Amino acid sequence: MNVIRAGDLTKTYATDGVEVHALMGVSVDVEAGSFIAFVGPSGSGKTTLLNLLGCLDKPTSGRLEVAGSDVTRLDRRQAAAFRGARIGFVFQSFNLIAVLTAFENVEYPLVMVQDRPAIERRRRVLELLDAVGMADQRDKRPEQLSGGQKQRVAIARALVTRPELVLADEPTANLDGETAYTIIALMKKLRDEVGTTFVFATHDTRIIGAAEIVYTVEDGRLTGRQELP
Amino acid sequence: MGNLVKIAVRNLLRYTRRSLLTVSLIAFGVVFVLIFVAMAGAFKETIVASITDNYLGHLQIHRRGYVASIESLPLNLNLEPAQLAAIQKALESVPDVAGASERIKFNAMFSTFVETTGMRVTAVDPDREFAVSPKLPARVLQGDRTPAALARGKILVPELLARGMGTKVGDTVVVVATNKDGSVNGKTLLVSGILESATGPGGRDGYIHFEDAMEILRMPGTEATEVAIRLRDFDQVARVGRALRERLEGGGGSRAALEVHTWAQLSPFATVATLIDMMALFMKLMLIAIVLISVLNVMIMAVYERVREIGTIAAIGTLPRKILSLFLVEGVMLGTAGAAAGVLAGAAIILALNVWKVSVAFGGARQLFVLSPRIDLFEVVLASVMVIAVSVVASVQPAVRASRMEPIDALRHV
Repeated sequence: MNVIRAGDLTKTYATDGVEVHALMGVSVDVEAGSFIAFVGPSGSGKTTLLNLLGCLDKPTSGRLEVAGSDVTRLDRRQAAAFRGARIGFVFQSFNLIAVLTAFENVEYPLVMVQDRPAIERRRRVLELLDAVGMADQRDKRPEQLSGGQKQRVAIARALVTRPELVLADEPTANLDGETAYTIIALMKKLRDEVGTTFVFATHDTRIIGAAEIVYTVEDGRLTGRQELP
Repeated sequence: MGNLVKIAVRNLLRYTRRSLLTVSLIAFGVVFVLIFVAMAGAFKETIVASITDNYLGHLQIHRRGYVASIESLPLNLNLEPAQLAAIQKALESVPDVAGASERIKFNAMFSTFVETTGMRVTAVDPDREFAVSPKLPARVLQGDRTPAALARGKILVPELLARGMGTKVGDTVVVVATNKDGSVNGKTLLVSGILESATGPGGRDGYIHFEDAMEILRMPGTEATEVAIRLRDFDQVARVGRALRERLEGGGGSRAALEVHTWAQLSPFATVATLIDMMALFMKLMLIAIVLISVLNVMIMAVYERVREIGTIAAIGTLPRKILSLFLVEGVMLGTAGAAAGVLAGAAIILALNVWKVSVAFGGARQLFVLSPRIDLFEVVLASVMVIAVSVVASVQPAVRASRMEPIDALRHV
């Protein structure tokens, strides 16, 4: 079963009266539970593609189904609700909420997005903090955590809503080599345990090496697909 | 809601100094308004009480046209016996009336047998007058302070005249006046007391007994210049005034024979009271401006500083209305904290002002008025609700801006 079905996606921006074609006819299907990476140089369109897949932006033309829903028809409110229910995000700069503790950051989507009962929230948050090895750091604020610890919390936050798809844009770019390997291994382990699909936009060779399928993006087009053992 | 409040408080504490400054500014505004309203209210209340309790009464009834020509104290506009009977009947039907005093007012010559000068005489029944003007006895500087001071054949002489004419308690003086037919008559009276003016050193008003005035003016029957009325509850002045007007003026309008006036229609201090009320309103408008500017400033900064965070929470699925609520709650928390701090500090200062009494002299009178500032619960609630409502208004624009941000644009913000 495909969690993403994208057909002939285009995205054109108008900047100062000049049209910029960020994506041109991208078609891709992503099978549920896969661990894939879009790679390419800066400005190739991989982040734009991730934004479309994450319902943060709308394609100029083309078809896009995520988790079985045609997301091109969603308005702002519907798109937000869809993201909150079906998609998790991991950002390059972690993007934790500075005033909340690690526990509260992971809990945030369950409170403000999914409105889950307190007992269920506590159970799920503790499970995930334990899974990412941050249970003992749960009362610390982001400024008290290292980069790797922040990214672990961010991964827990992305998974706490039990999404079908996690999108990660350069998740290891701000981490040192060893931490980056640990984070990649952690995400892969969680994928194996919960079956969530992980999609990366990256040019980090460590992620590329860990991915099962690598798509090459160049000048807004998919120019290559490579399945790795 | 609890989580919204928790996050809002944490966000406000993120910039503790800025939040505290804003809360302090709002609190200062609230304190200023509450103290001004309390002090101005106390001043107004004290002066109005002084005016009404010393000589004016709460309401007065005159023959139509008298007040318009009051400076000359015309005797041909006195209330006639039938009118006085009608007034008496009307007053009996109003349970709020604590007392009524019929007065004759006229211009007279005051003579010590050596010197003569002009005087304004108010003739009263002492018991009834003391019930309507309870502070009158306190103005007697020398002599008798009981109603006996105004028994028949006695006179209370204004201080200014007594000093100028060298009159003392126990002296015999003569009061001479012309009645409405032009006939001149006089009567010898015994000085029973020296009377301080209610409003300062310039008064020329003396008091004698009602029947002595009837004798001097050769009145064939009971006539009165005015009927002064005191109510049990000052706050009922407007309502009782309307009720009496309806009964005594009826549908006659400008053709009615009688006129009912409240103290405010007779005293120039009513204008001062209105000015004080306007100043209080101006203070409240200033408070609105302080809250609006300070909260708006903080909330605009909060949105500007947290653009990426807004992008993050929007990206992970927070609905726009929740983002809107988050910022509105922050603004409301600022306003609520400022209002609460202001009310507490204001109440403490007002309490302190009641412990360490504030006194003022008014109009040059010797009497010192001790102010008792107090603030109605209504004013406290009004100021608090106003601050919180303005905080909401000030937060709306930044909150709407935050809720409408496109997540991808916000996430790109540096």
